[in-house]
Amino acid sequence: MHETALSESRTVRWGLIVIALGFLALFLVLPLIAVFAEALRRGVGVFVAAFADADTWAAIELTLLVAAIAVPLNLVFGLCAAWAVAKFAFPGRSLLITLIDLPFSISPVVSGLVYVLLFGAKGLLGPWLEDWDFKIVFAVPGIVLATIFVTFPFIARELIPLMQEQGTADEEAALTLGASGFRTFLTVTLPNVRWALLYGVLLCNARAMGEFGAVSVVSGHIRGLTNTMPLQVEILYNEYNFVAAFAVSSLLAGLAFVTLGAKSFLEWRHGDALAAIRRH
Amino acid sequence: MSAAAVTGWVPALRKPSALPGFGITLGFALTYLSLIVLIPLAVLVARAGELGLEGVWQVATQPRVLAALKVSFLTAAAASVINALFGAVVAWVLVRYEFPGRRLLDAAVDLPFALPTAVAGIALAALYATNGWIGAPFAPWGIKIAFTPLGILIALIFVGLPFVVRTVQPVLQDFDREVEEASATLGATRLQTVLRVVLPGLTPAILTGVALAFARAVGEYGSVIFIAGNIPFESEIAPLLIVTRLEEFDYAGAAALAAVMLAISFLTLLAINALQAFSRRRFGDA
Amino acid sequence: MSKSFGQTAAVHELDLAVRPGELLALLGPSGSGKTTFLRLVAGLEAPTEGRLLFGNTDATRLAVRDRRVGFVFQHYALFRHLTVAQNIAYGLNVRPARSRPAKAEIRRRVADLLDLVQLVGLDGRYPAQLSGGQRQRVALARALAVEPRVLLLDEPFGALDAKVRRDLRRWLRDIHDRTGHTTLFVTHDQEEALELADRVAIFNRGRIEQVGTPDEVLDRPATAFVASFVGEAVRLPVDAAGYWVRIGPHAVRTPGENVSGPAELFVRRGDLVVSDDRRHSIPARVLAVRRTGGTRRAELALADDLPSVEVDLPADSVVGKGDVLSVMLATVRLFSSRSVS
Repeated sequence: MHETALSESRTVRWGLIVIALGFLALFLVLPLIAVFAEALRRGVGVFVAAFADADTWAAIELTLLVAAIAVPLNLVFGLCAAWAVAKFAFPGRSLLITLIDLPFSISPVVSGLVYVLLFGAKGLLGPWLEDWDFKIVFAVPGIVLATIFVTFPFIARELIPLMQEQGTADEEAALTLGASGFRTFLTVTLPNVRWALLYGVLLCNARAMGEFGAVSVVSGHIRGLTNTMPLQVEILYNEYNFVAAFAVSSLLAGLAFVTLGAKSFLEWRHGDALAAIRRH
Repeated sequence: MSAAAVTGWVPALRKPSALPGFGITLGFALTYLSLIVLIPLAVLVARAGELGLEGVWQVATQPRVLAALKVSFLTAAAASVINALFGAVVAWVLVRYEFPGRRLLDAAVDLPFALPTAVAGIALAALYATNGWIGAPFAPWGIKIAFTPLGILIALIFVGLPFVVRTVQPVLQDFDREVEEASATLGATRLQTVLRVVLPGLTPAILTGVALAFARAVGEYGSVIFIAGNIPFESEIAPLLIVTRLEEFDYAGAAALAAVMLAISFLTLLAINALQAFSRRRFGDA
Repeated sequence: MSKSFGQTAAVHELDLAVRPGELLALLGPSGSGKTTFLRLVAGLEAPTEGRLLFGNTDATRLAVRDRRVGFVFQHYALFRHLTVAQNIAYGLNVRPARSRPAKAEIRRRVADLLDLVQLVGLDGRYPAQLSGGQRQRVALARALAVEPRVLLLDEPFGALDAKVRRDLRRWLRDIHDRTGHTTLFVTHDQEEALELADRVAIFNRGRIEQVGTPDEVLDRPATAFVASFVGEAVRLPVDAAGYWVRIGPHAVRTPGENVSGPAELFVRRGDLVVSDDRRHSIPARVLAVRRTGGTRRAELALADDLPSVEVDLPADSVVGKGDVLSVMLATVRLFSSRSVS
């Protein structure tokens, strides 16, 4: 940087950098280090032993299952919503965009609660479900529903601004060349948004695997059956089994690392394709 | 509402377009949105409505509920303000200065989005407990952080940290350097330029970030309950009280409290939209 | 004065004396260093070497804010969150308390400036609510408010459409004549520079090629670059010796003595006239004839492998394609090829 009227003095510059670094170190880096330090507090042997627990494995499996259902469903929704909202003009469009973002500003506990009120034993459809002997709350379907709710906007909100910015010219060109509507979508629209799509899937998946509040409300905490990894962390922690709690946590922190790494890579490599998201 | 029905009437409402698939995609999106989000939320509102406005008011003004709302509100507000301050500094440093590790730091800002809240909760509790790395030095002074409202504040700073940084960063990136140069040629000192020109330009973004962080913080559950202590009237947050009511099978009470929380979310959302609309109108962009 | 960015010299050994009260245009192609020079004067860039004098005072090391220059940016650089009046008053409001005028005085100065730039009644508007031309006028008023020692305008009309440009051009000249500020303005539009300025400094590759009145740079270009850049000239490679110039196969006698050897001849429309004087003229084949306004314009080939040149003929001329005219050089702008890089 050249010495001009627009730069602060060295002292101010380094002062601000130190403040920023200190703040981030205190609130981001230290907690992350703490997770691994606590997990390895009694050595690698105890750390590894924490994964011998069958309930922990059941929790890992359930977490993967829930994400495997919730993410694809939200992906299909995201693509449909973005297509309708970004490629067409119709009344109520901006209201729809606001509604899609709604789950972001709702407390996770409330997100879980709505399903208890709907499907719980004393809920609206509770008695009817009981007749059919089908459990949603305190069972896997409830966990899946709550996860879908909280991860609902992730993919749609990455796609909408990008597809809006890209307009409809490419698709119209493909149609005039004789491509079918679906083929146009597959060969023109999808390649144009693939990086934003991947970005959204990444964030959606991280939240789906890590969600705690909403899932906690609908899960019922039945060991080996309705515990996801974050819930297993809570149980182990409340049993004062700290090493095991932090060991499972370290897996989730690893997931966070992978997510952030992949996200940064996408931003670095395909920043242009993602720029629209940052502008909105 | 089926997709076919939507196809039937919507083309009359939308502007003509050569692209296909409007009916089916909008139909699916609306159906999915309704099933997953709107209908369950409507049930919640209806459930709270059974109590009547008066009933909701009664629930909301119970001393324990009031205390929990107050704790949630005040800690969330304090955390958002602290995040506004430091978030603006972090954004400034990331955009304006070049230093080793800048990219890594930039990536790390999103950690609270990626790290499950329960993990953050137990990690912060371990750090700030009286025997933790940060808690221990404060203990001899009689300052307890974990298991007090101070702990809640710490957790909420953590979850809200990325919001201000990420709303301010792009605005600062696109900030017209010529405007700062103009200020300098007109005789302003660097501090005057930053305070009178740059900061007002960033204010809408900072406020948006604060509102987003506040909305997130006021409803936060996972990271707080491990570090909060959860003592009624002191360190019990509103979302936890909802869970407690639910465990007592007091569905109506839980619904009423949730409705209050929902109203707060709506108001915050409304405030953000109004702010952005104002800023667009007044300054010509978002 | 010199300025380098890393290894590349943006402006090189510039020496320019600006007369008090004059309106000087810095003209040149993009990347020629004119904007860098303007920013050096403003203090927005620091020179690698050299000195900047305001009158007798050395301003080289003076901070931007202490230079009292009025800088008008191409894209206005208005403060979006301040009203028109607040924008104009900004430079006065940021002064330290002891030299800041009283509130009433500031209000009065703002009112005067609004009047000067013809924006009375718009003082409460925000920049986003103004047209491009109005914004540029606010920017000028804001720069004038601090009573600058020198007014610097960087492509002030560059972002405006042609009609507004022309109006503002005349208006700027008018303001300059009324306020008498020493003014430097950067432009790449020669029409703008020639119409508006008292003198023009022509920039090329970080150097000043010539400083002079519009007449001087048009009629007596100091260098081949000036000859080709100012006015639309066709460049012809020729051989020169004494009073003679050989264009292709033909030699023509010129009004003055020339350089010798390979040279570049710059021919503008109007430099060539049709003549019967065989001794001073050369034959030119008519390639095409077009009617433009009050004249008939012929495109001529002086030789097969040379670029074509144009000559204006009377509207009633019956010359057609394929005819051969004899033309002579009324004005000669000739530069030795060695001086042309």
